[in-house]
Amino acid sequence: MNIITDVRKDYILSKIRDGERVDGRAFDEFRKIEIETGVIEKAEGSALVKLGNTQVIVGVKMQVGEPFPDSPDKGIIITNAELVPLASPIFEPGPPDENSIELARVVDRGIRESEAIDLSKLCIEEGKKVWIIFIDIHALDDDGNLLDASAIAAISALLNTRVPAERFGVGEDFPLPVRNLPVAVTSMIIEDKILVDPSKDEKSVSNSFITITTDVDDNIVSIQKSGSYLLKEEKFYEVLDISIEKAREIRELLKEV
Amino acid sequence: MSEDIKLIVNGKRIDGRAFDELRNIRIEAGVLKNADGSCYLEMGRNKIMAAVYGPRKVQPRHLADPVKAIVRYRYNMAPFSVEERKRPGPDRRSVEISKVSREALESIIMTELFPRSSIDIFVEVLQADAGSRTACLNAASVALVDAGIPMRGIITSVAVAKVDGHIVLDPVKEEDNFGEADIPFAFFIRNGKIESIALLQMDGKLTKNELIEAVKLAKKGVMEIYKLQREAIMKKYIVEDVE
Repeated sequence: MNIITDVRKDYILSKIRDGERVDGRAFDEFRKIEIETGVIEKAEGSALVKLGNTQVIVGVKMQVGEPFPDSPDKGIIITNAELVPLASPIFEPGPPDENSIELARVVDRGIRESEAIDLSKLCIEEGKKVWIIFIDIHALDDDGNLLDASAIAAISALLNTRVPAERFGVGEDFPLPVRNLPVAVTSMIIEDKILVDPSKDEKSVSNSFITITTDVDDNIVSIQKSGSYLLKEEKFYEVLDISIEKAREIRELLKEV
Repeated sequence: MSEDIKLIVNGKRIDGRAFDELRNIRIEAGVLKNADGSCYLEMGRNKIMAAVYGPRKVQPRHLADPVKAIVRYRYNMAPFSVEERKRPGPDRRSVEISKVSREALESIIMTELFPRSSIDIFVEVLQADAGSRTACLNAASVALVDAGIPMRGIITSVAVAKVDGHIVLDPVKEEDNFGEADIPFAFFIRNGKIESIALLQMDGKLTKNELIEAVKLAKKGVMEIYKLQREAIMKKYIVEDVE
């Protein structure tokens, strides 16, 4: 189902071998990131993120519900991703496939493990009522690296979220308590080279990815190696360093949200 | 989560193990009649059955690849395998585990030898107690060898966790639930030597140095498991030789 011709692939590959990328970026350079928040008024929080030509929108909706029995005093996060057919010629309608499940779960882990949301402040009545946060990732245009774009959009939307307490008759509205800024950095590994933020073009020549999510203190909060390939231990440490550094840059953008 | 549970007491773990100690592992190859290759594996209280079918004709046919075999991997938990009954069928967690596990094995199976075929790997978790995806991969590897599937080496897998500030090997359920991080690894081993990383996931909170320590510990663990995988395979085939 690949729509990129072999000639194009050869060109992309030969460029990479020469230490260049087809769009002129350096190997460790992200495409331009644009974040716009509050784009959906009906949502409690929302953000539209453009990462080059990749576009994704995340909406946050909240509801009052029952807590999980093992965390009776904590709110609940539910993350879902829809790779709708509008966003790419290779996406098909229907129930989420393994790629959209993986995408949602990796974004979810970054938010959850960095403890970005103070879930203890989202308890209304212990054991009975807590806030449920639905983070819905909606792809609009997949030009590669939907994952990082989705992670940026998710945390931006959360920063933009107001808890709709009045509507549910449980007090006054308040901003969602966000206390960390997880940033996911995806790299593509090809012939011992590491390319951050791979575009769709570049993804046609390699299926070797790793996503590393870090928090404000440079802790690693989530890792996902994705694609059938073997990763050298030294490469892993190299990717780790690059990811920590890149995440710091992206986090500066998030601080302005 | 719940900070009042003490997971490390006097330098020992909740089940009495040292930080770098694996749980008991039992592996038996070739335990199913129908499958082309199979393996039963216990890793602590994990009880895993793995089966390999193939290389065989791809069903449905449109999925066939004209240049190589397709690899399919199904991680499935029995409803009775966990404390609270699990609803049968794939959930989001099993779909993700199946994906990354398949990718780990795909990278070492010589799929190019079997165009238009499928190699189907089914793993059933009969009882789960943390690290089930790693136990499943270990069982699947042995089942693949038992099925005679050509591979560049073998996949051996183990998880490492951070528990009460310590990096520990092969965590049990309590350590997984209340620990600070969980890192499942799988390594590609060839000629008795660790070559590279085939599966790597992580969730929790770790510094870079802790992660490096985790890799080191995982490598120690998989070498021990690798020996047991080899023994299980040898045992099956040597017995047949003697008779």
